[in-house]
Amino acid sequence: MTLAVDRPDPAAPVVDKAEKRRAQITGGVLVALAAFIVLVFGDASGDATFRLSRARDVWVIGDLVVPALPVIYVAAALTAFLGALLFLRGGGRWTTLSLGAGLALAVIAFLLWATAGNAFSLTGMLQATVVRAMPIALGALAAVFCERVAVVNIAIEGMLLAGAFTGALMGSLIGGWGGLLSAVVVGGIFGFILAALVVTYRMDQIIAGVVINLFVLGLTSYVSSQVFAEMRHLNNAPVFRAVKLPLLGDIPVIGPMLFHQNIFVYGALVMVAVSTYYLFHTRSGLRARAVGEHPRAADTLGIDVYWTRYLHVTLGGMIAGFGGAWFTLGSVGRFDENMTGGRGFIALAAMIFGRWHPVGALLAALVFGFSDSLQQKLALLQTPIPSEFLAMAPYVATIIVVAGLIGRARAPAADGKPYIKD
Amino acid sequence: MSMQDTLDTASRKLLERAAPGRVDFENLVVVPLFAVVAALILGALTMLATSVEPATIGRSYLALLQGSVGSLAAISETLTAAAPLILAGLGLALGFRAGLFNIGAEGQILMGGMAAVICGFSFSHLPFAVLMPLCVISGGAAGAFYASIAGWLRAATGAHEVITTIMLNMISYRLVDYMLRLPWVQRPGRADPISQSVPPNAELPALLQWLDPNLRLHAGIFLTLLAVVVVYWLLFRTKLGFEFRASGASPEAARYAGMRASLIIVLAMATAGMLAGLAGANQVLGVLGRASPGFSAGIGFDAIAVALLGRSHPVGVLFAGLLFGALEAGGRQMQVDAGVSIDLIGIIQALIIVFIAAPLLVRALFPWGFRRPDSGDGRS
Repeated sequence: MTLAVDRPDPAAPVVDKAEKRRAQITGGVLVALAAFIVLVFGDASGDATFRLSRARDVWVIGDLVVPALPVIYVAAALTAFLGALLFLRGGGRWTTLSLGAGLALAVIAFLLWATAGNAFSLTGMLQATVVRAMPIALGALAAVFCERVAVVNIAIEGMLLAGAFTGALMGSLIGGWGGLLSAVVVGGIFGFILAALVVTYRMDQIIAGVVINLFVLGLTSYVSSQVFAEMRHLNNAPVFRAVKLPLLGDIPVIGPMLFHQNIFVYGALVMVAVSTYYLFHTRSGLRARAVGEHPRAADTLGIDVYWTRYLHVTLGGMIAGFGGAWFTLGSVGRFDENMTGGRGFIALAAMIFGRWHPVGALLAALVFGFSDSLQQKLALLQTPIPSEFLAMAPYVATIIVVAGLIGRARAPAADGKPYIKD
Repeated sequence: MSMQDTLDTASRKLLERAAPGRVDFENLVVVPLFAVVAALILGALTMLATSVEPATIGRSYLALLQGSVGSLAAISETLTAAAPLILAGLGLALGFRAGLFNIGAEGQILMGGMAAVICGFSFSHLPFAVLMPLCVISGGAAGAFYASIAGWLRAATGAHEVITTIMLNMISYRLVDYMLRLPWVQRPGRADPISQSVPPNAELPALLQWLDPNLRLHAGIFLTLLAVVVVYWLLFRTKLGFEFRASGASPEAARYAGMRASLIIVLAMATAGMLAGLAGANQVLGVLGRASPGFSAGIGFDAIAVALLGRSHPVGVLFAGLLFGALEAGGRQMQVDAGVSIDLIGIIQALIIVFIAAPLLVRALFPWGFRRPDSGDGRS
């Protein structure tokens, strides 16, 4: 089973029709979105003030003051225009771009409406965006590694949870760095188990993933209620603090976002860069992708398909373990039952959204991080929208994006299929 | 391949044809049995590793047995816990048969349960014979509607149901939180999110309370058994069921045979959602009597395991659901008697599925339990 529909064949008229229909649906959605913007956000009044600098910054730049209502109407008009264009003569690569632009405009309109007559720290929110995006980005990167060698990894959630748990336990025993290293190792072990189940024992990949999730959830919940409840010192790990890079950290807006963060943010950014180089610019990366696209051909050329799958799924597990440690060593230092709360699944969505590419996965994760932090900050502004609906927004956005995008995103051809050597 | 090997293979095939029972028997009885035993052993090792005394381990497994089948009360608890697992598991199994991996049972259960509760307290003046079925039906309908969103998205845009159902789960949690605070849903005089109670004439009647008021078994178990029969009939005796299975086995072939793939996807998702919605209605009308945040309590995820364990066959799902219900009920007893956290059950359940879903692994662990696959010596 794969996480995407079959590759669209440009020669087939059926697919052309489907493409056209998707463009029309997306166009309709955008027009509806424009109407929504006008109806719901049309009552904004006053200026929206976005603070870009914080009190102790070296270089202070002024606030960004925007007249809310006119800009909201401009955003709605642009969205409606994009939607109409797509509906009438849509298709091709504009579908995705227009959808992305429309959603971005809706977010801008929403921000203006919520902030109108108020002040709001944009920099603080962007910093939180990056922080919150990291576990999703790392999970998505792990999924990229697995799916590029054609192993569907539903178990990202479990691997994140295992990393979080190990980080808390080992971090309490042997300190932060030891905890981080152990989390990576345990993530790798679960990656190896997944590889063994699906490559050697040819278990259904989705079932194997579900099982690992269940197992990790059971094991970590069991230990945390059986052991941590009584021995609290085992669940009290040190936390990695944010480190400000000299000079770079002082750049307004971008500095706090990218260069005044903890080890997880730096680690994730480096890993995304390294894995992009590895997957697309090295010989081993090419071989790995060959295994994901056409294992039989790769095998014929002398690439060891099983070994490649074992290696990359284990590597993916290690990345997920690192990402999981973020939950404990990167934020609160304490493990709670099921503390990943479905972020592994969102990471999976981010991977598809990011088209099986590390950079795409990172960007998609940033979108999720953005909506996550937006929801947190907006609770302070006291908008009349119930907080539950704000909390829903990222998931609704995911559905819209996956529905609008999936036809263009293409999974590795052999994704989800076991390879049986002759 | 040598002549001897060819002969061996041929004779084994003949033997298999002569005695088809042996392979089925191994797959249906021996593998699950070994899986349960292996999972219990590994569970015991887990307890040892977390410094639980060996005596306590023995006591906890005894409690597990007693709490699941050791008394009438235990059996009542087992059946009560099994009913929603079987209902939702049937829905997921039907989806698997149609090639749809629906992770959204959790959300569908929540929606079904909410609909049943709201129906119950809104029409509390209606007599039992009208109101109870109405609530059950509205639960099923709400689940069907919620699931068909994902089905429609899959059919119309190709959005994969794994992603959309996960997202719909997340949305459903927030939706329930929101609905529980609406003034006409929230229980009067309460500040926390909790719904009004289901009136007695909407409840699924308790079956054994004339024996002991603590026995919770309710009429939902009949609903469950009926669903097993209906799903079996639907899957294996109707044209629609054949279309479900055909498009699951080979979407291409199904399309060339003239089946309408989109319609089948939406219908399969709706039927799966209806069954999950019934599970939700079963919970609120038979056990809980109200709705509170997250009242689905992970049943939707356990049901995935039940469907996998039952190999997506209605009868298999029935037995898998009973096993998981027994583990659930026994686990509670275990927590009370031996002080071992019920989360251990989660580990045991996961291990059982690993061993069932990877028969190669069980055969590697317990080679003596099986006929060796390549020996043609006719030990069977």
